[in-house]
Amino acid sequence: MRSDIVTPSNERIDPSSVPGWGIDADPQNDPTYPYRIRDTDPGSRADWERPPLQSEGPEILQSIEHIRRPAVFGTANPPRGLSGMLRRAAFRWSESNWLHWLLLMGADRLNVVEGIAEDIGRGIVPNLPAEMGVRAEWRHNKKGFAIKAATAFAVAGGLVLLLRRKGSDTAARRGRGL
Amino acid sequence: MRAMDYRGPYRVRITEKPMPRIEHPRDAIVRVTRSCICGSDLHLYHGMVPDTRVGTTFGHEFCGVVEELGEEVSNLEVGDHVLVPFNIACGQCHFCQQGLFGNCHESNPQATAVGGIFGYSHTAGGYDGGQAEYVRVPYADVGPVVMPDWMDPDDAVLLTDVVPTGYQAAEMAGIQRGDTVLIFGAGPIGIMAARCAWLFGAGRVIVIDHLEYRLEFARSYGPAEVYSFKELNDVVTFMKKTTDGLGADVAIDAVGGDAKGNMLQTLFGTKLKLEAGNAIPLHWAINSVKKGGIVSVVGVYGPTGNIVPIGNVVNKGLTIRANQASVKRLLPRLIEHVRSGHIEPRKLITHRVALDDVADAYHLFAAKLDGCIKPVLVPSQA
Repeated sequence: MRSDIVTPSNERIDPSSVPGWGIDADPQNDPTYPYRIRDTDPGSRADWERPPLQSEGPEILQSIEHIRRPAVFGTANPPRGLSGMLRRAAFRWSESNWLHWLLLMGADRLNVVEGIAEDIGRGIVPNLPAEMGVRAEWRHNKKGFAIKAATAFAVAGGLVLLLRRKGSDTAARRGRGL
Repeated sequence: MRAMDYRGPYRVRITEKPMPRIEHPRDAIVRVTRSCICGSDLHLYHGMVPDTRVGTTFGHEFCGVVEELGEEVSNLEVGDHVLVPFNIACGQCHFCQQGLFGNCHESNPQATAVGGIFGYSHTAGGYDGGQAEYVRVPYADVGPVVMPDWMDPDDAVLLTDVVPTGYQAAEMAGIQRGDTVLIFGAGPIGIMAARCAWLFGAGRVIVIDHLEYRLEFARSYGPAEVYSFKELNDVVTFMKKTTDGLGADVAIDAVGGDAKGNMLQTLFGTKLKLEAGNAIPLHWAINSVKKGGIVSVVGVYGPTGNIVPIGNVVNKGLTIRANQASVKRLLPRLIEHVRSGHIEPRKLITHRVALDDVADAYHLFAAKLDGCIKPVLVPSQA
């Protein structure tokens, strides 16, 4: 190892102090052409003239990889409820950590249950077949529609039978004083 | 206003939502006249994109009429009919300065890896999208382009994503005159990539999918040689045989995480979501392209990770190029291609559906019913 290019600490190295710096640089060797204009690359600096900053509104979760809040952001559906707690927890980890994404996926699933509960709380029973586009299935895939309908009836029928059987077993046990 | 409302995987409905409002001096409010469902919306619809919250309105392919402008937007006027790129880009940051409008650093607090995108989960900024009667358009002084008088709105709406993404897929593939171009996916993006590959001088264009009706569409629209992977014993071996044992010069992944074609990838990627989607198109692309070749990726995958043969990328000396399309950069060229008739976007639209029937439209598109290539949603006041 050449001792003259070793620095005693992690201070930034002046490239011009490195022997041979840039002698093989080739501007033609640019795999990002043409979708990146390198001539306008200002270097790794975040000192561009920023857009006006959007006023703070609802709670916004922010990646810990950002050094500052981007100037503009969406304000739809702020985190709420248990899923919101999970989402907040997820943002303790960076985007490179699987836990970040797994917690968000878990929050998404929980959010679906919260959505149904919220609907019912407002007196709305979600019309699941309509939300799943059953009319399109009926119009364009009658065989598929029939199979899905038969499966749904079979599952629903099975559940009803199971519940009835449990109910009659419980009544019989009560009748026997058990 | 009426807007699409995501309720969970495979469940959407139309609902009444508050009107969007100006939240930033560079915002606009646009009354939507056309809004497409994109193949990448299906990743959201299938619950594959983390932080897709119940209540979100999807839609990143739309055009419409400017209804209201923030005080700093001076290049548009109320009443302008604009097409709106799917990227939300400030035009000033480190990346926008370099023309990387798909990678803006001032539009998405929730992630640094992806810029803001309309209606594409909170991972892409938490913006409501254009599958609604009205939509908030941030940085309206950068993205939206006033439609020329001669342009059909059906062409315009496809210039917001489908055409630029298909074009950039071909552009990133570095196609040279005479090259054999292999495209995975005969959806709208793959079909458009096939069309655009010829514009770059391809010598042969091959499209792989498994849906016969889409392959037939690609065969005539591209035009292209088309093959169903269901009928090929082994996609990679077939490609080697049809290219003198060498492989294609370039391969394009125009599918992304909702792919079909490999049981294990489907199980881990699509069903169990242990991968960021089914990566079989990437796998096939890497193994089908020739040594020293180029793989261009525009198919959308999630942010976690996928099983791909990276060792083969090294051993074959491949170049992988990928990005979200930089729509704003490409629009001048693409508008000219539409004007001259080299690209005819609206031929891709197979279904026009009222916004109120959005749930049926999603199911129709996701289940590939009735020969669906591209559905466009039309609000009642459009």
